[in-house]
Amino acid sequence: MFNTKTVLATLAVLAGLSGVSATQAAGEVVHIEKQSWSFAGIFGTYDQNQLQRGFQVFNEVCASCHGARLIAFRNLAEEGGPSFSEAQIKALAAEYEIADATADGGVRPGVAADRWPSPFETEQDARDANGGSLPPDFSVLAKARGVHDAFPFWVFNYFTGYSEGGPDYIHGLLTSYEDEAPEGFELPEGKYYNHVFPGNAIGMAPPLSDGQITYEVAEGQTAVPETVDQYSTDVAAFMMWMAEPHLSGRKQTGFVVLLFLVVFAGLMYGTKRKIWAGIEH
Amino acid sequence: MSEHSTYTPGSGVEKWLDERLPIIRFSKEHLMDFPTPKNLNYWWTFGAILVMCLGIQIVTGVILAMHYTPNIAMAFDSVEHIRRDVNGGRMIQSFHAVGASMFFAAVYIHIFRGMYFGSYKAPREILWILGVLIFVLMMATAFMGYVLPWGQMSGWAATVITNIFAAIPIIGTPLLELLRGGFSVGNPTLNRFFSLHYLLPFVIAAVVALHIWALHVPGNNNPTGVDVKDGRDTLPFHPYYTMKDAFGMVLFMIPFVWFAFFAPDILGHPDNYIEFNSQVTPAHIVPEWYFLPFYAILRAIDFNLLFIDSKLLGVIFFGGSIVILFLLPWLDTSKVRSGNFRPMFKWFYWLFVVNFVALTYLGAQPADATGVLFSKICTAYYFIHFIVILPVLSRIEKPRPLPTSISESVLAKSHA
Repeated sequence: MFNTKTVLATLAVLAGLSGVSATQAAGEVVHIEKQSWSFAGIFGTYDQNQLQRGFQVFNEVCASCHGARLIAFRNLAEEGGPSFSEAQIKALAAEYEIADATADGGVRPGVAADRWPSPFETEQDARDANGGSLPPDFSVLAKARGVHDAFPFWVFNYFTGYSEGGPDYIHGLLTSYEDEAPEGFELPEGKYYNHVFPGNAIGMAPPLSDGQITYEVAEGQTAVPETVDQYSTDVAAFMMWMAEPHLSGRKQTGFVVLLFLVVFAGLMYGTKRKIWAGIEH
Repeated sequence: MSEHSTYTPGSGVEKWLDERLPIIRFSKEHLMDFPTPKNLNYWWTFGAILVMCLGIQIVTGVILAMHYTPNIAMAFDSVEHIRRDVNGGRMIQSFHAVGASMFFAAVYIHIFRGMYFGSYKAPREILWILGVLIFVLMMATAFMGYVLPWGQMSGWAATVITNIFAAIPIIGTPLLELLRGGFSVGNPTLNRFFSLHYLLPFVIAAVVALHIWALHVPGNNNPTGVDVKDGRDTLPFHPYYTMKDAFGMVLFMIPFVWFAFFAPDILGHPDNYIEFNSQVTPAHIVPEWYFLPFYAILRAIDFNLLFIDSKLLGVIFFGGSIVILFLLPWLDTSKVRSGNFRPMFKWFYWLFVVNFVALTYLGAQPADATGVLFSKICTAYYFIHFIVILPVLSRIEKPRPLPTSISESVLAKSHA
């Protein structure tokens, strides 16, 4: 089958790879602390409470500048997500005025099927309101960002299925503002210093502060800390859900498929052995 | 190979059909009775695995095309629409995207298996050439498919790769404009890439049919590289190899579904979740991993040679690195096929593999001074392997004695 020589050769290939990389590793790598996410790993699912808190942060803070054009109100009621009740979603949607040329006066109250309304009419309006910077849309942002691992650590990511680079980056970004830029760093007017953001000068003012959002505590549950770190974690999880709403179902199906394939492969191997029995090959 | 035919039509209908279109006879000869060397190892199952990969790509691709919109204003959102709103769309899309990577992983194993066991040598040169042709078509198809989601990497890959053609003298610029359908990458580019991306897989399927035809004339090579002498060396394809290949396919699906279900985006680049913007260049433009060795070769050439400027020279090396594969059967003139019996070739073969992996790695690194230097060394070695090492080895190497037949080597192994 695969003999020892082949295995040795594979190891030699990997050794060659690490040899090349050792000379390459001297790049600038920003260290981002990886968080432990409920949706990581084979059995990962979203934590409904966390998504609801994350939505609260998004709705009360982020949504004043950032859009989420691919998200419909109805998505917020779907299984595997924040799972708000239909009534909550109807009420939420009705708070918004939706431009609709077919409605009386051109606007109507929102319904569950409407997409999340953009905070600005045009890209130019968004830039004008934010000192020239464009607040990115949140719909798939959690998958448009990532963290860089140095060699050889990224190799392991293929085996652990690490796909939480986006939320790790977002959490890292939100908790990495510094009041003062380090000495010698010229911070342009209207920018803020953040040691995770590429180039370090970010257009977004620190959006979160301790105690800014009040989390409701349900009866019989322990209170969640109202800190920047907690807000960042919650909103990053919510953003991951926006980018990958079917994650839980996908992983559940995946586990069954994987299990089936392993058992099936075992049966196939047995059958193959039986057919080939007695044949010198 | 009709001399192996054991088919006798069982019923009147079959007889009637056999006299008009002997498709059952053909299937029996080529899918069931076909004599196959009995000593093929698991590296030989990748042929069947590749057929499966092509099938998965075509089936998922046809479904994706039902929901995708090839228009620059809607393409990005339509792919998200597939992931979010189409029933099972997230999985169909990720099987297609992950499938492309798995297809290339399998094709690289298949190619390197052929290189080790000398499967390109007479009488299998045409078989090998058709294989390289399939590889080239796969690269074209995969590249155009990668452009369709219209993310930052899509658009910039289209820009960079079409730019390569502009380096060709005289016809370069018209060719560039023909490929793009304009002066820059835009809606006409997306439309023609979508059209070609739908067309080429069927061209691949046709060349695969020729590839299998060319395989069925001389029959399979085998790990000893010794020709089949008589019936004792072979087994009928069915049930022996249908079963072995089916097992190989199931095994191959395990890493496949691992990526598709648990890390569907890990083989791609996060920047492709940002819609293409021709005004914003990403910090690193990196192709998909399977293009990296050739991308490294392209970038390694940063110097002019005589009257040829570095851009054209890069393209010559880039193209040459693939063209040279077509010539492989005539560069390696050793009479012995299998690397198992070539003590010196074996070492150089693995060195070539390491070098190829190194090129893959370098292709993903920023093109700084050390990176380019290493790329130059690896590029030089890539060509030296084909142009110098293989022809010289064929002359100076003393191969180990070959077994007289497949069945002898099989018996020797089982008694050892």
